[in-house]
Amino acid sequence: MSPPAPPLVRVRNLVRRFTLKGVLNGIDLDIRKGEFVAILGRSGCGKSTLLRAIAALDHEAEGSGELIVPHRLSVVFQDARLLPWRRVLDNVILGLDGPNAAERGRQALEEVELAGREQSWPSELSGGEQQRVALARSLVREPELLLADEPFGALDALTRLRMHVLLRRLSERHKPAVLLVTHDVDEAIELADRVVLLEAGRIAADVAIDLPPSGPARRDRIVALRGQFLGLLGVEIDPLEGWSEPAPERSSQTELRPI
Amino acid sequence: MSSPTIRSPRPALVRIASLKRTTLASQAKPSAGRPRRLGLGKPLSYGWVLGPALLIGLWSIGSLTGFIDARMLPAPWVAVTTGADLIREGRLQENLAVSATRALAGLAIGVIVGVVLALASGLSLVGGYLIDGLVQIKRAIPILAVIPLIILWVGIGETMKVTVIALTVFFPIYIHTHSALRSIDLKYVELAETLKLSRWAFIRHVVFPGALPGLMIGLRFGVTAAWLALVVVEQLNATSGIGYMIDLARSYAQTDVMLVGLVVYAFLGLTSDAAVRLLEKKTLSWRRTLAQ
Repeated sequence: MSPPAPPLVRVRNLVRRFTLKGVLNGIDLDIRKGEFVAILGRSGCGKSTLLRAIAALDHEAEGSGELIVPHRLSVVFQDARLLPWRRVLDNVILGLDGPNAAERGRQALEEVELAGREQSWPSELSGGEQQRVALARSLVREPELLLADEPFGALDALTRLRMHVLLRRLSERHKPAVLLVTHDVDEAIELADRVVLLEAGRIAADVAIDLPPSGPARRDRIVALRGQFLGLLGVEIDPLEGWSEPAPERSSQTELRPI
Repeated sequence: MSSPTIRSPRPALVRIASLKRTTLASQAKPSAGRPRRLGLGKPLSYGWVLGPALLIGLWSIGSLTGFIDARMLPAPWVAVTTGADLIREGRLQENLAVSATRALAGLAIGVIVGVVLALASGLSLVGGYLIDGLVQIKRAIPILAVIPLIILWVGIGETMKVTVIALTVFFPIYIHTHSALRSIDLKYVELAETLKLSRWAFIRHVVFPGALPGLMIGLRFGVTAAWLALVVVEQLNATSGIGYMIDLARSYAQTDVMLVGLVVYAFLGLTSDAAVRLLEKKTLSWRRTLAQ
């Protein structure tokens, strides 16, 4: 693993202290162009603090360290965070100008399969649809780095699975680097190229997810990774417990509609 | 506890007996079986007319029978004919136009100053320190108590009238806009930061629409306050306006003209409130969809 190009994101000895919550005790992390990294950890381990530091949203924090971040970055929050007083399309292109902004917004909505809902109010959409609008709002800015702070945490299990398919498809098409913060081991294995496990403000493990394309070998690897991560998270259970083999991915075009 | 015969088993027996009776002689005693309805029934669509109609009815009867002295309170139809006369002479329209101009000018100035100062004090800490404290102190002084001072400063003409109305309107506008603005969820501010919105785009897309519900509440109070202030200033050395018309009628003991003036005030108050509510519905349509 020796990337020839400089990494897109470079974090060195990052320290953050809050009076309220969240602590980082010296984080070193590189994210390459187009890489999908999941930050996994229990609540309070500092994973959101890391994301907020990279997004420059931690004005109140005291800390030190080196942080190199691309200019074009975009955040998807746990709540869709749509302005309730702006229609869906206006939410997507919020802050964009130029004559083709509306057209680009329409395309982005089409990509998240919400064509035709441009003039709806956010309150008229379901939770999954709102989160898809938030995704479109991020994608329309063509980010080099997409930061996602437990974006599916508030969704029901079925919607979450569909959102996984959508996010993976979109990230394959647009190739942004993604930093996904999650506490869901399966979500991390399912989506990421690399899982970084955070424990008490330090990186406890940095594991490349090298899944064979299909077959029992893939299944065994997932179970092994699952066991490893759960163990690191201090959950002492059979790694098959609570795990259900995901159905092989079909053409998700029709599947996604009723989120 | 007067007698030991009133104990729990006995009333129960009595109730069973009475229940039997109601089923036999159907609804002879409806209160015995079914629970009494304590909530309000279904409202009639124009039920609120009943009170005013009853009042006008009593008033008409009083006037007809001579129970109400016409010098104290003329009959309702006299008010109507006087109103018609005043319109024919052109006095009513003329005075109404003057009053409405005063009220609208004061309202416009009060709204603009209120919104601008609310934005200034809500969006910057220094602005808040400078403006908010002052406004809170000034709010504690009843506006009508300041009128003598305002007369001293700007004279007793139109400027004074518009100033007093504008000041009266300013406070509800400022207070409600400011509090709505300060209660805008911080997460939208964060969003605006991550989307790298400019200061102006932030105000246009987040702050102003977020504070608009507060502004609308302020506007409803402000409009009512504007009419109140109008009544007061028009009785101070005015030479035109509805208030002047009423004051003049008082000197000649023309109770019917005074009555017409009051009806006009009521009409103005009700229509302007309806107008603000319509505006509220239009501008806050994103909210209406929530309620429906």
